[in-house]
Amino acid sequence: MTAPRALRDPLTWVVLLLLALLWALPRGQAFFAFLFPWLERPIYAQESFLSLAGAHLALVGASSAVACLIGVTAGIVVTRPIGAEFRAMVTAIVTIGQTFPPVAVLAVAVPVMGFGALPALIALLLYGLLPILENTVAGLGAVPEAVRDAARGIGMSDAAMLRRVELPLAAPVIIAGVRTSVIINVGTAAIASTVGVRSLGLPIIIGLNAANVAYVLQGAVLIGLVAVALDLAFERLLQRVQRWQRL
Amino acid sequence: MIEFEGVTRRYGDTAVVEDVSLRIEKGEFFVVIGSSGAGKSTLLRMINGLISCSTGRIRVDGHDIAALKPEALRRRIGYVIQSIGLFPHWTIARNIGAVPELLGWSPQKIRTRATELLGLLKLDPAVYLDKYPHQLSIGQQQRVGIARALAADPGRLLMDEPFAALDPITREALQAEIAGIHRDSRKTIVFVTHDMNEALTLASRIAVMDRGRVIQVGTPAELLIKPANDFVGAFVGRDDAGLMLLATEKVTARMRPGGVDGGPSINADANLRQALSRMLLTRAERLGVVDGSGRRLGAIHIGDLVRR
Repeated sequence: MTAPRALRDPLTWVVLLLLALLWALPRGQAFFAFLFPWLERPIYAQESFLSLAGAHLALVGASSAVACLIGVTAGIVVTRPIGAEFRAMVTAIVTIGQTFPPVAVLAVAVPVMGFGALPALIALLLYGLLPILENTVAGLGAVPEAVRDAARGIGMSDAAMLRRVELPLAAPVIIAGVRTSVIINVGTAAIASTVGVRSLGLPIIIGLNAANVAYVLQGAVLIGLVAVALDLAFERLLQRVQRWQRL
Repeated sequence: MIEFEGVTRRYGDTAVVEDVSLRIEKGEFFVVIGSSGAGKSTLLRMINGLISCSTGRIRVDGHDIAALKPEALRRRIGYVIQSIGLFPHWTIARNIGAVPELLGWSPQKIRTRATELLGLLKLDPAVYLDKYPHQLSIGQQQRVGIARALAADPGRLLMDEPFAALDPITREALQAEIAGIHRDSRKTIVFVTHDMNEALTLASRIAVMDRGRVIQVGTPAELLIKPANDFVGAFVGRDDAGLMLLATEKVTARMRPGGVDGGPSINADANLRQALSRMLLTRAERLGVVDGSGRRLGAIHIGDLVRR
């Protein structure tokens, strides 16, 4: 007898492991005291890991949602005849956004906008935009000319062709871009804690300042697991939109 | 009815289609032939408004197409292309139902129609309805392409070198299929090809194009007997024109009744060129003509091929 599908799925196990760690870490005093006997406080206890993980996901979710909206929309516009002349310019701007290190964006944004979530959101947005835009443009560009010709020839309007044919065919490539963007942002969101935003980066920043290796380890492991879980979730989504190709 | 009135299409300074005036009657099988770059595909794609006229006018059933909504026009004209262009993420059923879906038919009615059309194009609906295009051979895909074009029962079909990418056997099968569909439905078909044999087999009339202009329009026999100039002569294959002319007629057209002897025979569906070929191969000066079940209908003599 085979195990139920959920049990054979690595995603289930990673999510369970993440939840287990969120529960167990605050209770692991003895374990971390054993690993790091020289530390006076071997467990980050200023805030619960659960609420930090929630804040981390909210930050990534909000910035990625806006990046998707802007990136996919811009990708659609510059691949239409109307927006074709803006293509080089838009790509250049977004590429520049990507080359700015997020720390530098924070350093510039904080004096202007003050501490808080907004500068962090902007830094993550700029950083996550490029893969989404590039993949949207590439995915739409890869729709075979014959398919476009047929769609137009049988009487689809431009809007219908985009919605029924071009976007579904480009979806795997676009989703791959979103996946890259989200995974990058899960890591980058940790840096946002340098400007006082709550995220799983907080234990790492505080740990680095206070030479507390245990804090750094706890933050890093949780961030890593969040990234792996999201990556597996995107893998699942990709398989779903590509199902027809495997028949 | 499709009319071209002084139609020109320019890209920059080059005219791809130049001053074309044509009248394609309802129910015709109208073949446009020419070497590549002659402008025949452009001409075809102007009929459903995929390419607009620089000057001149195209009328479909008397309506100037420039005044019609392009999407509405295209939904009433079937469109089949060489590269097929099935939607790879849709099942065969949904591909065939693409136009009915745009026209707002009920899912039930679309499914029934798709089943019916697969049957018409000799693909088993039970096997193919829910497959995806990449699971089919190219020949099967083009059968689906034709089914998609027929789905909303348009009065006209535009076909842009639909069989050029197929192997000879599949091509012949699909030529027979489309000839049968034309015979049974009397749809107006405008068909672009660069293959003279295909044109002669299918066409009720042929237009020969060269460098954007229509050089000659006529029945296959007219083109073969009286080519308008050297270009048309070369295109119809001057040396073989007589043989091609034979290919445009069925043996039944010149068959004599009776004849009881055995000896070599030929099917009544064959054309005169095939009959001549058979005579040469069997060293016989006459052939029995038989129907599908082998019943003798008459005979054809070698002299009958030359007779006018």
